[in-house]
Amino acid sequence: MSATTVSGGGAPAAPGPRQKKKKGPGGGVNTLPLLAPSVILLLIWMIVPLAMTLFFAFRRYNLLNPMIHGWAGINNFKFLFRDPALLHSLVVSVVIVVGVIVITVCLGAILAAVFNQPFRGQGIARVLMISPFFVMPTVSALVWKNLLLDPVNGLFAAMFRMVGLQPIAWFSVFPLGSVMTILCWEWLPYAFLILFTALQSMDEEQLEAARLDGATPFDIFFNIQLPHMARAISVTIMIEMIFLLGVFAEIYVTTGGGPGYATTNLTFLIYQRALLAFNVGGASAAGVIAIILANIVSAFLTRSVAKRLEV
Amino acid sequence: MSQGVVKKSSPIAGTIAWVVALLMFFPIAWMVLASFKTEVQAVQTPPLIIFHPTLINYRDIFAEANYLQFAWNSIAISVGATVLSLIIGVPAAFSMAFYPTHRTRGLLLWMLSTKMLPAVGVLVPIYLLCRDLGLLDSKTALIVINMLSNLPIAIWMLYTFFRDLPKDIIEASRIDGANLRQVLVHVLLPLVMPGIASTGLLGIILCWNEAFWSLNLTAHSAAPLTAFIASFSAPQGLFWAKLSAASVLAIAPILIFGWISQKQLVSGLTFGAVK
Repeated sequence: MSATTVSGGGAPAAPGPRQKKKKGPGGGVNTLPLLAPSVILLLIWMIVPLAMTLFFAFRRYNLLNPMIHGWAGINNFKFLFRDPALLHSLVVSVVIVVGVIVITVCLGAILAAVFNQPFRGQGIARVLMISPFFVMPTVSALVWKNLLLDPVNGLFAAMFRMVGLQPIAWFSVFPLGSVMTILCWEWLPYAFLILFTALQSMDEEQLEAARLDGATPFDIFFNIQLPHMARAISVTIMIEMIFLLGVFAEIYVTTGGGPGYATTNLTFLIYQRALLAFNVGGASAAGVIAIILANIVSAFLTRSVAKRLEV
Repeated sequence: MSQGVVKKSSPIAGTIAWVVALLMFFPIAWMVLASFKTEVQAVQTPPLIIFHPTLINYRDIFAEANYLQFAWNSIAISVGATVLSLIIGVPAAFSMAFYPTHRTRGLLLWMLSTKMLPAVGVLVPIYLLCRDLGLLDSKTALIVINMLSNLPIAIWMLYTFFRDLPKDIIEASRIDGANLRQVLVHVLLPLVMPGIASTGLLGIILCWNEAFWSLNLTAHSAAPLTAFIASFSAPQGLFWAKLSAASVLAIAPILIFGWISQKQLVSGLTFGAVK
């Protein structure tokens, strides 16, 4: 079915030539006018801001003080690397990305298997389940921050009081955990939806045969369903990584990066440097770091994950 | 229970699934509930579950001329950016799906890689460019940025739809003497409309919920609903019922969009890796 399945018979010598190739390059049609607008726009979108970021990263440039100008050499980077906030923000970024991906993919896979069983009202339950994905981040963040997690009037506080416990100021005591809870709530539906769709495409008879052979639901999940979801899991990880590296609104609305730097990820740090401190040079240097990191991640992703995409 | 021919219902899985689904939906339901309370009821402890619903919050929000402006900005930006990205993306996806070359795979992966460029890495230059072009707090800037950042996703999604269409139909039309434009408009467009529609839908959802650029590049006149809702995060603004009503109005259209089109969205969201 996929590229991994080699059909029996004479193995072709050439390493995996795609079927479509038989049409030859372009099939005699000049496709340049069709492709050019997209390619040119994306090139500009990629190169111009990138070049500007690189340029500013080596300049002394503060929006508030026009007297500061000229070349900075590597001073912006020196300051940046001496700033403990940078390392901390990198750690926060990684914790958010890895933590949310691990939680949502694991829970998503389990829930996909659960929802794959026939039960009454499955369609409605699924719709309820995926709803958080469509909620805009500022709304999710505010609903969690105020209606649910507020230490005085929030629902959790009320429930804690009902059972005689002291309400917890979630965003002060567990700031990163609280932000990640919101993110998991937003992204679990996505992981679930993709993995569930993957399971639905599975051959029902295979599962039935396994059950008849006495396989427990755990055997079925780990030995049949999980391998079947491998490709969908890769895609989920890739897409979540793209979006989670840039988490901004949830932090902006709830903690503002605090307390201290507890929830300042790299995105938020650059935002603070750039638009709050008006330090264009410093923010650009941090931007360069962000771009380099993203390139490392994307190179890794392209190698491991994108290969699985059926292009 | 009923030994159906194909499937039998599984009560344990059903219970777990329903509990999880209700828990996941609970924050949204709770918000909807709060939007029908008065401000005093909304912050009352223990929380009110049974109360006389009031429409006062919704009336207040509509009474503020501002709200409609934010909503209009959201609509204009989402629709504008999505339509533009379709106009630019459809030909590219068509060309790559129907006339693939040895460069197609690399091109597609490169397009996706532009999506991996973190927005924040280019925040400063984009901000300065917008400032110098007089585009800060303008819908134009957000339309262009949303269009560009969603273009790779749109092209991928369209590509996965187009790839599954019968290729012979083009050759047949070409033999009948139609030129490329005629093939595109009269033969293919009707076939690909569902794919284009779902791509557009996903584009609108992504733009509607986009927050990073909206929060950083707008102030008053061009701010969409994401920014309007964020303005409620100020600590002194404890208007929970009103916030809830505004939130309900902000998410309702997209939520309903999403419910209706979840099946079509999936194939795009998986980038063609899951059938």
